[in-house]
Amino acid sequence: MTNSGGPAVDFDVAVVGAGPAGSVAAYRLAKEGLSVVQVERGVTPGSKNLSGGVLYGRVLDDLLPGYANEAPVERKITRHVTMLMTKDSAVALDYSSRLLCDPVNAVTVLRAKFDPWLAAKAEEAGAFLMTGVRVDSLLTEPGPNGAPTVVGLRAGDDELRTRVVIAADGVNSFLARSVGLTTTPPMNQLAIGIKAVVGLPRRTIEDRFALSDDEGAAFAIVGDCTLGVGGGGFLYTNTESLSLGVVLRLDDLLRSGHGAAEVFDHLGQHPMLAPYLRDGEIREYGCHLIAEGGYAMVGQLAMNGMLVAGEAAGLTINSGLVVRGMDLAIGSGIAAADAAAEAIAKGDISKSGLAGYRRRLEDSFVLQDMRTYARAPQFFERPELYGAYGELAASILQSTYSLDGTPRKHLARVARQALKTSSVKSRRLLRDAVAGVRSL
Amino acid sequence: MKLTTIPQRLAADSFVIDEDESHITVDQELCRSTGTDKVLIAVCPAGVYQERDGQLTVDYAGCLECGTCFAVAAPGAIQWHYPRGGYGVNYREG
Ligand SMILES: Cc1cc2nc3c(=O)[nH]c(=O)nc-3n(C[C@H](O)[C@H](O)[C@H](O)COP(=O)(O)OP(=O)(O)OC[C@H]3O[C@@H](n4cnc5c(N)ncnc54)[C@H](O)[C@@H]3O)c2cc1C
Repeated sequence: MTNSGGPAVDFDVAVVGAGPAGSVAAYRLAKEGLSVVQVERGVTPGSKNLSGGVLYGRVLDDLLPGYANEAPVERKITRHVTMLMTKDSAVALDYSSRLLCDPVNAVTVLRAKFDPWLAAKAEEAGAFLMTGVRVDSLLTEPGPNGAPTVVGLRAGDDELRTRVVIAADGVNSFLARSVGLTTTPPMNQLAIGIKAVVGLPRRTIEDRFALSDDEGAAFAIVGDCTLGVGGGGFLYTNTESLSLGVVLRLDDLLRSGHGAAEVFDHLGQHPMLAPYLRDGEIREYGCHLIAEGGYAMVGQLAMNGMLVAGEAAGLTINSGLVVRGMDLAIGSGIAAADAAAEAIAKGDISKSGLAGYRRRLEDSFVLQDMRTYARAPQFFERPELYGAYGELAASILQSTYSLDGTPRKHLARVARQALKTSSVKSRRLLRDAVAGVRSL
Repeated sequence: MKLTTIPQRLAADSFVIDEDESHITVDQELCRSTGTDKVLIAVCPAGVYQERDGQLTVDYAGCLECGTCFAVAAPGAIQWHYPRGGYGVNYREG
């Protein structure tokens, strides 16, 4: 245990949560020689966790080189498809490249398998992992600067005293809320993700998605797949299953009057996806909230004796083309660990002693990317994205490809005519296109 | 793909049910007067909330622990926290 004077503690650092943010923080702290306890409410790490599953893992590869060959990852993503979907049509941007494979850019993961592996890395490095334990509250004491100082945690009747707590307890972070570091987000900053893992034979997946060996595809879908509710659908390939799901912004879901499960079922029965899903069997059904507020949602990240990391701090990005949370969680876990170690070494765990956390996040891709996409959430509040635009694109292509015997017109004419019959105003379209280019 | 019913899907999931303690409590009055009851029934992907004889029923055993109900409920209409450590849903895929 590092001794920096101060009161007696059970551990230098307590990390709450064994998701990617928590496990990476625990790993890093243990490597730096600090005593670390990691507390997870699930019986095993990952048993409470669910994500779409595309991990943009370069940051993990820096920390654990070659992770993609060792960790239980599903497939290496070599094909990204972004699709606008209407009731009966799909317009897609389809990018595949061998360049995405070497070095590995992104992999699909199933969290109940991946998270235990990452948590085991922290354990091997010397962190003490407690599973099946829910942290109920933080222990606080009045601090030297008047504000409260977090001095440990309480789980049931047990108390653990620490120098620094890292709250990596996910999107609903009750811990950060309990001390006023974050508040319950408004509904337009939260989305519900509903997902099924759909079992299919390995070869069938590779044939249907045009993949070889351990390559994978990631489909991001907007439009009719959510019955017009703000959000989108996803279809990702695992080794022997597909991850199929919807993400629905809560404010828009409520406004729509649709049931969440109803929207998921609509996606599951969508004729445009049926050929991919045929004969698949739902192996598991689950749901999880996602922080969708972007940079505007990131607030206080530190107080005396505590740091907030990962999605508990609102660190996710949805650019429409890619959904990210795990890589930002990992990046923030590294920064939190280093800042906590630094503060403990200099014997100042006050908010200002822990200020190195934000500085590290600012210097890294984490807050830089959050800033780059700061305007994305607002952009995605446009209802046309989930209906009219897809229909417009589909109708232009329909007139282009469907040779119905009528004399052909140039594409520009076709587009102008489609615009005229659509509810979309051309000035609006132009403005949104500019906004899209700027925000994304 | 065969789209099974929600109860069938939940039956395929793995749970450790806390027989002694529900992690969800609802204020029937507030749920009704604020319209929270209808909203909860619509948003819960697991169908935890149902209406029976004018009462909002809560089948906490099938809760997938996302927290959506808590995020959309009128203040004070429901109390929701995570189940006790080790209880609740156990994803095997995630
Ligand atoms: C449907 C969906 C699709 C997504 N798709 C992607 C994607 O494709 N790519 C991507 O990068 N991200 C994706 N995300 C986001 C990503 O899953 C999260 O951003 C990421 O998991 C956050 O990591 P974390 O470590 O901060 O939190 P989490 O992974 O949520 O981990 C928090 C941990 O803390 C534990 N915990 C919470 N409270 C307590 C307590 N009181 N006591 C003890 N333990 C506690 C939890 O059990 C959990 O293990 C998706 C999310 C969803 C819901």
